[in-house]
Amino acid sequence: MYYFDPHIHMVSRTTDDYETLSRMGCVGMSEPAFWAGFDRGSVESFRDYFRQLTDFEKKRAGQFGLQHFTWLCINAKEAENVSLSREVIKMIPEFLDIPGVLGIGEIGLNKNTKNESTIFLEHLELAANYEQQILIHTPHLEDKYQGTRMILDMLCGDRRLDHHRVLVDHVEEHTIRPVLEKGFWAGMTLYPVSKCTPQRAADMVEMYGPERLMVNSAGDWGPSKPTAVPDFIVEMRRRGHSESLIRKVVYENPMEFFGQSQNFQFTPPDVPETITET
Amino acid sequence: MPHPMTAPQILDREFLEIRAKLLELAASFDRLDRAQGTVSGDSRESLIQEGLKILQSDDPNRAEQLQLLFSRQYDENWRQNFSL
Ligand SMILES: [Zn+2]
Repeated sequence: MYYFDPHIHMVSRTTDDYETLSRMGCVGMSEPAFWAGFDRGSVESFRDYFRQLTDFEKKRAGQFGLQHFTWLCINAKEAENVSLSREVIKMIPEFLDIPGVLGIGEIGLNKNTKNESTIFLEHLELAANYEQQILIHTPHLEDKYQGTRMILDMLCGDRRLDHHRVLVDHVEEHTIRPVLEKGFWAGMTLYPVSKCTPQRAADMVEMYGPERLMVNSAGDWGPSKPTAVPDFIVEMRRRGHSESLIRKVVYENPMEFFGQSQNFQFTPPDVPETITET
Repeated sequence: MPHPMTAPQILDREFLEIRAKLLELAASFDRLDRAQGTVSGDSRESLIQEGLKILQSDDPNRAEQLQLLFSRQYDENWRQNFSL
């Protein structure tokens, strides 16, 4: 089955990983800008990172027939540095017309601080001014519930934003309901340790239905598995769910959400789905 | 949305997995007991005890409750507190 990974950090992966993803049915991916594992020193560092995201990764993915898309921002962790964040936000419009740039992300909160919230609001301003879609990172572990509620407060407090053009990622059992109820899209991030598993993601599809719900692998530089979406597909099949339900979550939903971005020029694989299915 | 598997089918599939997870927990508690020093009074220890109570309840949303147990509180006045 074809699938599209809506949130994966390919800059942290090897070219072999691109090949493996292609073999497993991945046809494309969207890569939000995030933290490199260390704080960058200047706005030029971010300009180079954005060139890597908008140019180099697209070429690397293309070698294996994969279509690569991206999102730009300064992540929540480095948002603690307000002055650097403002320089980065000012520079982002240089890149917004490049094909494959889908919007602003992954913005969000990390430790739910005042500085992070300030920069989150300034990113919303940027997105509203340039009519960009938004991809959101919610904090992990004990900070997730509080941070997700704060993010929803800020999103709902801005009447210019169309909720259907915002994806709130890393939802879990205690945050998925308010995200979907307020009309946003929700992404479940599958990790090999400590966070959401393919089994629990399948549970949430069963509990909340497939509308506005997606699964992703994150596939970053930490412990993570770039092929986690196929694990979810297998879990759904083992439970006896229909191929059409699975395809909706892993392929049709990403197409519908990303399709709202004018820079999402996606060429669907031209082989009929039925030939690749067993 | 209905689950395509019946409860007996799910138990057949997951019994050994559940058993293994219980054993992991039991072994972790034994390891804590065998080690020198004490964790009584550590707030994480009481969170674990609360978590075990949630597991034993028959509410339908135990996973969500466990998540909330391990979460920081949300204060709806946070924006005022931050003057934002
Ligand atoms: Zn991410």
